[in-house]
Amino acid sequence: MNFDFSDDQKLLRQAVRRYLEAHAPLSLCREALESGQGVSRALWEGAAELGWLGAAIPEAYGGGGFGRLALAVIAEELGRCLAPVPFSSSVCLATEALLLAGSGAQKERYLPGLAQGRCTGTFAFAETPGQSGLDSVRARVEDGRLTGRKRLVLDGGLADFAVVVALDSGRPVLVLADLSGPAVQRRPLASFDPSRPQAELRFLEAPVEGLGGGDSAAPLIERLLDGAAVLMAMEQLGGAARALEITRDFAVQRHAFGRPIGGFQAIKHRLADRWCDVELARSNAWYGAWALAQGSVDELREAACLARIAGCDAFTGMSEDMVEIHGGIGFTWEADCHLFYRRARLLSAALGNAAFWKRRLADRMARDAA
Amino acid sequence: MDFDDTRNQAAFRRSARSWLEAHAEPRAPGDPGPGNMPESVDAADVAAAKAWQQKKAGAGWACIGWPVEYGGRGATPIEEVIWAEEEARFRTPPDLMIDGHRTCAPTVMAHGSSEQKQRWLPAMLSGGEIWCQLYSEPSAGSDLAGLRTAAVRDGDTWVVNGQKVWTSHAQYSDWGLLLARHDPGVPKHAGLTCFVVDMHAPGVDVRPLRQITGGHGFNEVFLDNVRVPDDCRLGGVGEGWRVAITSLMNERSASLGDGGVDQVRDLLRFMKTVALENRPAIEDPALRERWADFHARARGVELTGKRTLTALSRGETPGPEMSLMKLVSGRLLQEVAHFAMDLTGASGGLAGDALTSSGVDWAAQYLGAAGLRIAGGTDEVLRNIIAERVLDLPREVRADKDIAFKDIPAG
Repeated sequence: MNFDFSDDQKLLRQAVRRYLEAHAPLSLCREALESGQGVSRALWEGAAELGWLGAAIPEAYGGGGFGRLALAVIAEELGRCLAPVPFSSSVCLATEALLLAGSGAQKERYLPGLAQGRCTGTFAFAETPGQSGLDSVRARVEDGRLTGRKRLVLDGGLADFAVVVALDSGRPVLVLADLSGPAVQRRPLASFDPSRPQAELRFLEAPVEGLGGGDSAAPLIERLLDGAAVLMAMEQLGGAARALEITRDFAVQRHAFGRPIGGFQAIKHRLADRWCDVELARSNAWYGAWALAQGSVDELREAACLARIAGCDAFTGMSEDMVEIHGGIGFTWEADCHLFYRRARLLSAALGNAAFWKRRLADRMARDAA
Repeated sequence: MDFDDTRNQAAFRRSARSWLEAHAEPRAPGDPGPGNMPESVDAADVAAAKAWQQKKAGAGWACIGWPVEYGGRGATPIEEVIWAEEEARFRTPPDLMIDGHRTCAPTVMAHGSSEQKQRWLPAMLSGGEIWCQLYSEPSAGSDLAGLRTAAVRDGDTWVVNGQKVWTSHAQYSDWGLLLARHDPGVPKHAGLTCFVVDMHAPGVDVRPLRQITGGHGFNEVFLDNVRVPDDCRLGGVGEGWRVAITSLMNERSASLGDGGVDQVRDLLRFMKTVALENRPAIEDPALRERWADFHARARGVELTGKRTLTALSRGETPGPEMSLMKLVSGRLLQEVAHFAMDLTGASGGLAGDALTSSGVDWAAQYLGAAGLRIAGGTDEVLRNIIAERVLDLPREVRADKDIAFKDIPAG
C-alpha cells in the first residue's frame, strides 16, 4: 500500500510551488480578470520553459515524458494560485486528445509546439445550454468540412486549434480544426471568471481533419473527458485547499466580541467540515490520478466521476464559505475572495457539472453491478 | 502510487489466510462482520467469543500487535490491518473483547507497572478475562473530565462510589478500567486517578440499558462502596487524565471502518428493486444523483483510509484523519438509511425488513446510525478536534479552568 506521490513527484511539487509563489501571486489572476486579457502570457511562457506543458508528452515529441501523476501535481499547484493560463484546455484536453488518438504525423505537427507553448489548443463540445451529452451534438462534418456552433469553449478566443466533437454521417467523431482561418468565427462570452475566458465558435464549412479512427469516437470522447475530469479535480482541490488556508488565517486574525472569530464554534465547525470536504476531494482526486496514470480505463470510469464530484463539492462549498466568513470585506472587489468564488463556479460548470458526473457515476456503477 | 501489498505484506496475508481457512468458515453474504454487535449478548455468545480468542491465542494470532512478552507477535500496525481484513472474510463470533484489546490494553501497557502488565495482559489476550471501560457518567459525556465518581483512600485500598453509564460489555466483563475523582478540591483534570476494578467485587452493580434500537449493548454501572486495592491503581495519583487520554486516542483509531461503501452498494441494489412511480428508483435522475453523492463520499472516506494505511506502513503515526472518517461516515450512514426508507413511501414508517426483499434492515440501520454519531466522540467533539489540532484554531474558552472542581457550576 503506497497511496501517495513518489519522492520525485513531491520534489516536483515543491519546485512548482516555489516558482508559482514568486511568479503567480493572486494579483496576477486579478490583473488577467481586470484587464480583459484573461491570460498571463508571462506565466504561460514560464510554464512552457519549465516543461509543465509537455509533462505528459513523450520526449520523442518534445515533452518531458514525466507521466500523468506529474501532470496531476502541476494541475493542483496551478489551481492553488488560480493561474490565469489555458492549462486545462490546452494541456488537459487538446494535448491529451492528441496523445490518445493522434496519428504519428499529427503528433509530430502539434505536440512539440504544445509542449513549448508556441501553440495552444482547446476542446469544443457543448452546444446547447443544459445539455452535456453526445446526443446533443449537432455540428457535422461533410467532405472534411465542419459546420456548426460550439458554445462555451474554454479559451476559445485565443487557442490556435480546437479538438471538436461533431457528427459524420450520424456517428460521433473528433476532428482537428484550425481556428485562424476565415471559416471560423469567434465571439467572446461574458465569463463568470474573466481570468478564464470562454468563447463561442462558429464553423462555416471549416476545413478539418479527423482525429482517431474507428467507427465511433464515443469511447474516445468518454476517455478524454474522464482524464480531463481528474486533472480538473486536482485543480479544484488546489483552489479549495488554498481558499481554506486563507480563510483559516483570516479567522485567526480577525477579532470580534474580544476574540478571534476562529475561536467561535460556529466558525470552527464550519471550517472543520470544509477541511473534511477538501480531504475527501484529495483522496478521490489522487485515486483518479492513479487510475489515469495506470492507464486503467475500467478504474478510471469510476475514479474520474468520484474525483470530479468531490472536487466540485469541495471548491464550491469552500469558496462560498470563504466569502461569508470574511464578512463585508469578503464581498468587496478588492478582497481576493471573489477570485476563488468565480474560479470555483467556472470549474464546476466546465466539462459537465457535478450533476452530470453524478448521473454518469450512477449509470456506470449500476451497469457494472448488473 | 500503488494499492498492492509489498512482498512481506503479501506473505503475511497468505499465512494469515491459510490459518483462517483451516480454522473458520468463510463468511457468507449477509453474515454479520466481527464489528457488528448482536442486539443482546447471551452466555453462548460469550462462550463462543472466548473460545475463538483462545484458539487464536494458541496459534499466535491473538492481539498480534502486542509485544511478544505479553503473548503477541510484535506485528506492525499494517500487519494488524491485514489480519483484520482477512479475519473479516470469515464467520467469527462477535468481538466482545474489542474495548479491552484495543483501548484498555494499550493503556495498561503505557502506564501499568510490570507486575500489573503480567497480571492482566496475558489473560486478556487469551480470552480468559474480558474488560470494559468505566468512563462516561450521567453528567460527564463529552466533558469526560467533569466526572464525579469518587475514590477515597482508606489505607491500602480506595473506596469508590458513583455511577458510570453507556458502558459496553460491562455485563460479562471481569475487569473495568475506571476513571475516578480522588480530589474535588483541585482543578478538574488534576483531581483524577485511574484504577482497574474487579467487576465481580461487592458493590459493583451492572444494570442493562435499553438502546433506541431496543437492544441491550451497553449498561449503567453503579459503584457502591467498592473497595479497590491500591495495587490496582493505574499510573500515579492525579495522573488519571493523562492515562485516560491514551485509551481515548486508541478508541478513535479502533473505530476505523470502510466508510459505508458496503451500505451504499446495498442501497444501489435496493434502488433497482423498489419501484417509484412505476419504474425502479434507480431510473430517476434525481435519485441517481443522490446515490452518486453518497457513493463519492463513502469512497472518499475509504480512500482516505488508504492514505492512513500508507502512513502506517511507513511507520508514521496517522493524523487526525481518523476523526474525519468517523465524522463523515456516521452522518453518511444515517442519510443513506433514511433515504432508503424514504424510497418506500409510506412504508418508510415501518420497522423491520419484511417490506423490502433486499435483506437489508434499513430501519435498524437508521436507528443504529444515530448512535454512531455519538459513540467515540460526538460530531461536535470531532469537529473541535479537527479545528484545533489540524487547523490550529483557538481552543475553546474554558469556564472551568484553574478553579477547584467542587466550585465549578453544575446542572
